[in-house]
Amino acid sequence: MTIGLEHYLTVAAILFTIGVFGIFVNRKNVIVILMSIEMILLAVNINFVAFSVYLNDVSGQILAMFVLTVAAAEAAVGLAILVTFFRNRGGIAVDAAGMMKG
Amino acid sequence: MLQAIAFYILAAVTVLAGFLVISARNPVHSVLFLILAFFSSAGLFVLLGAEFLAMLLVVVYVGAVAVLFLFVVMMLDVDFARLREGYVQYLPIGGLIAVLLLIEMIMVSAAVAGRGAAAGREPVAASAGVSNAEAIGRVLYTDYVYFFQAAGIVLLIAMIGAIVLTLRHRPSVRRQKIHEQVGRRRKDAVAVISAPSGEGIGE
Repeated sequence: MTIGLEHYLTVAAILFTIGVFGIFVNRKNVIVILMSIEMILLAVNINFVAFSVYLNDVSGQILAMFVLTVAAAEAAVGLAILVTFFRNRGGIAVDAAGMMKG
Repeated sequence: MLQAIAFYILAAVTVLAGFLVISARNPVHSVLFLILAFFSSAGLFVLLGAEFLAMLLVVVYVGAVAVLFLFVVMMLDVDFARLREGYVQYLPIGGLIAVLLLIEMIMVSAAVAGRGAAAGREPVAASAGVSNAEAIGRVLYTDYVYFFQAAGIVLLIAMIGAIVLTLRHRPSVRRQKIHEQVGRRRKDAVAVISAPSGEGIGE
């Protein structure tokens, strides 16, 4: 039993699906939504690296590095918004975020 | 054989931890499972031969992002039981969409692995005599140097944005105002009053 490309792609697909499912299910909990987004980006990274290795082209790993950069920046800004929102509202329920406009 | 066993263990741990991230009742547990998921997918990267990216994943995700999540979760005093309302409500539609998405993506990946550009290829970790980090460095600092700079700018802007968003000046906190101290003149602070003898100075 050899491990081929499709095995890695399947793991990435499952992880991506779990991330999407997490966004659907935890509609009110922003922290878990942010973590789900991180998992989706991790799934994308697994795909990039798997293809990079199987196609013998190192560019995929560099693109995965850029995805990593964007994911880190997104987490930092998202959590900063979350902290500000919590300070102003006293809670982090997403459905109350409509109060922010105006 | 050993590689297959390692792959299945790492993949199972990754998927299981990923599922527990979204289903754990306590968000602190969610963050810890997220760390586990990142760690085991770093193991998958090592298995693929991308050691540099695996170490990057451990340093950036486990060392920075997950710890940031942990800080925020522990700092914010949130009633998490209330946030789980509607969990069951969205379960059927979410589950349906997730299953459809999963079936589609697995079909596509099976097709790609069978017929795409990567069909029937063996994994190539690194060229002969060149380590993974060296191969990345050779391409990153030549072909992708502008993208590398742009990534740095993205990080800088994210850092500035996070600071701007969370910094606040509380008026109740007394601070040393150096510009006021330095800008003080003699006439603001000292007054010469000739006091009549025997009476003193009234208000």
